[in-house]
Amino acid sequence: MGFAEERLNGAANGVAVDDVDARIEEQLEAERGKDLLRFSTAGSVDDGKSTLIGRLLYDSRNVYDDHVRAVTRDAAIDFAQLTDGLRAEREQGITIDVAYRYFSTAKRKFIIADTPGHEQYTRNMATGASTADVAIVLVDARKGILDQTRRHACIASLLGIPTVIAAINKMDLMEFSQQVFEQHRRDLEALAERLEIPELIAVPVSALEGDNIVHRSERMPWYTGQSLLGLLESVPLAIERAHAGLRFPVQRVLRPHQDFRGFAGQIAAGRVRPGDEVVALPSGVRTRVRSISTWDGELDEARAPQSVVLTLEDETDLSRGEMIASASAPPRRTTRFEATVVWMHATPLRAGATYLLKHTSQTVRARVAEIRSRIDVEHLEERATDQLALNDIGHVVIETSRPLLADTYRESRTTGSLILIDPADNATAGAGMIRAITDAAEDAPALAQATGALIALGARPHLAADLERALLGANVLVLRTRARGARAALLAVAHLGAVVLAESDAAGPVLLTVADTDAAETHVLAGEQAEEILNELKRLGAIPTGDSEDDDAVAR
Amino acid sequence: MTATAIADRSAVLPHQDGKRATAVDRLNHIQLLEAESIHILREVVAEFQNPVMLYSIGKDSSVMLRLAQKAFYPAPIPFPLLHVDTGYKFKEMLEFRDRYTSELGVKLIVWRNEEALADGANPVRLGTQRCCGLLKTQALLDGLRAHGFDAAFGGARRDEEKSRAKERIFSFRDSAGQWDPKNQRPELWNLFNARISQRESIRVFPLSNWTELDIWHYIHLEKIPIVPLYLAKERRMLVRGDSLIPVEQPFVQGLPGEEQWIKCRLRSLGCSPCTGAIRSDADTVPKIIAELMAVRNSERANRVIDHDQDGSMEMKKREGYF
Repeated sequence: MGFAEERLNGAANGVAVDDVDARIEEQLEAERGKDLLRFSTAGSVDDGKSTLIGRLLYDSRNVYDDHVRAVTRDAAIDFAQLTDGLRAEREQGITIDVAYRYFSTAKRKFIIADTPGHEQYTRNMATGASTADVAIVLVDARKGILDQTRRHACIASLLGIPTVIAAINKMDLMEFSQQVFEQHRRDLEALAERLEIPELIAVPVSALEGDNIVHRSERMPWYTGQSLLGLLESVPLAIERAHAGLRFPVQRVLRPHQDFRGFAGQIAAGRVRPGDEVVALPSGVRTRVRSISTWDGELDEARAPQSVVLTLEDETDLSRGEMIASASAPPRRTTRFEATVVWMHATPLRAGATYLLKHTSQTVRARVAEIRSRIDVEHLEERATDQLALNDIGHVVIETSRPLLADTYRESRTTGSLILIDPADNATAGAGMIRAITDAAEDAPALAQATGALIALGARPHLAADLERALLGANVLVLRTRARGARAALLAVAHLGAVVLAESDAAGPVLLTVADTDAAETHVLAGEQAEEILNELKRLGAIPTGDSEDDDAVAR
Repeated sequence: MTATAIADRSAVLPHQDGKRATAVDRLNHIQLLEAESIHILREVVAEFQNPVMLYSIGKDSSVMLRLAQKAFYPAPIPFPLLHVDTGYKFKEMLEFRDRYTSELGVKLIVWRNEEALADGANPVRLGTQRCCGLLKTQALLDGLRAHGFDAAFGGARRDEEKSRAKERIFSFRDSAGQWDPKNQRPELWNLFNARISQRESIRVFPLSNWTELDIWHYIHLEKIPIVPLYLAKERRMLVRGDSLIPVEQPFVQGLPGEEQWIKCRLRSLGCSPCTGAIRSDADTVPKIIAELMAVRNSERANRVIDHDQDGSMEMKKREGYF
């Protein structure tokens, strides 16, 4: 007997489906319509953060009976205990690390990154925030904005979270006063403006008593907004806000047999379809996407953050750490940039220190060239410093041994983020977000932008000389050669963006092979005048036109 | 077992035919989870010398295995599977294991603590803690060491148990294979730090963000083969209070009247003496899902070992248990 008969796995296997299965299939259909919202929570020991999450899970019927029984003493549920995890924490009565929680409602699935609020664990807060769509910041209604509130909001802002929900907690202890809430709300909105947080929503709650957590509270009729859960269910996802074109860092080259060469990776930004013109970086070779190959068949389209395998029209040399990107809007190539760094190591970061830097699928050596400032996250000011200690956040300048293919963090979270690894102990020492790319890597973008060509000139030495001079004058990488039987090698050079002038003793017409399309596409040129050939090269993009002197402009 | 025994080839082999329409407006949660897991699997294979997938034969392992097929397709899965066989696994699990892995053509390594088994180690004689320590934890560490594996995939999910809620996706283990919850690397974005020193290793959990419902939903969607023990049927059980204990091993013996035929199924698969069944009529995957949506107990509630003492799973993890 085979698996199919044994598993009795529904209609697809030809097993009779009864009504129950059909009804469940309908429910699953609805289940499949749900998206996934990730939110981070931060709060201090007394803020009642664990209580709030426990209440959120319990009131939305997402806690198992045996878990509730395990934390019920004398008929009272200890909501905080529903979420507090490790033994050491239970002993200390505090949460010390990032804990991930999962729950769902009829509308959405949720992942909570629950992070501690006290000072020495800024790194955990940044960790939880790095993938979040929404941050919930807890504010004690009795105290209003504290240093830690500013810290949480600041980290949420730096980590690029578009929506912050401020839960004004313990309203029960302030007699559910509208005046108290309005005052805190105004303060928080001013804070959000200063931090450039795109959206801040304030909601008055009592986590302990359940007001405005899942159900709208009747004790605060003056509040007309949604409950906390209502907000979480309706806030738009931070739908990959990447303003970048296709970014596909190559994770691994798959070559199962001679006829297949595919590039495996997760799309970091943008979309891709077969036939799209792309550029392989850093080589700069332009080609087209032949197929999007997956176990489930070939796809007509894929988008961030899908994991797929791309095959390309032309034989293209690409390996792990390199990138396939949109040809019209490629990333920048940089070895020197400004970044905001969250420091996570006990040994402070000092200028001149070297680390391993991981960015997409590439790891390079990096040197922190300058430390520009430390951000005082509690007073929201920049201060001059020459080092960043554990849990400090600051602006630095980083130089890398090899170029990164990057965007700013604001443009793309995935191609704008990096981690620094201490080579001595392998610890993840820092997390960085690229703020500004300050170098315009001189050679690469120009070359990466250029279309290469191989021109077989035959025995036309004067024409070769004219072309060589004109191309050199236009700053084109040009190679003039009489090498015999080297067509493959010369085509490879052309694929790097060079214009190759190949002379020989052969008679016959001038042949031009364009290196950015299929290698078979060779044109017979009618005219033999240098000017005509140069115009053709201009038309193909092998000779840069006027405004391309500015590498940065080209790269964008 | 020949390949023709599989009625629905699509259940085990990739779709070779044509394209499927994918002009989707947005990705749903299952697609997002799949993309994340595949990224993790590829990242480990790219960064480690000698990875292995721990294969427990259970539903989570089955999903993980399918994701590995997808991650490297059209190339084969580039690492072996390691099954730690305690000697007390259900017979149906072992049959399934041998047949399925050979059909997929993956390399399977089976590791047992033969010494302890020869000494007569079993949960009745040693108690569950010591038994697990010898037959699971010790055997796992020995197996990893003997083959020099530097990265091991496990099917654990964060929603299973409280101590797992804080587990990293890349979980660092010292040279003794132990886990220190206070010394884990922060994980930001999808950037995983894969650097280790000699003799250190990493456990990797590609299913960290999946819930039990997601797992079953995926099994259903992808038609992934599972061990029939998950599906309800009449089985010989030892009924003791609320517990249903499968009668498989000679040392599991009931008092008169305790053994009965009960329509039941297993919610998670472990060793037969320590894995309780639940009364159930769910004999198809959709019915399991319906049961799951209605049931109010977490899946590990039927495992004897988690309740040995408060925080017991965390203690096992510190020692090296998965």
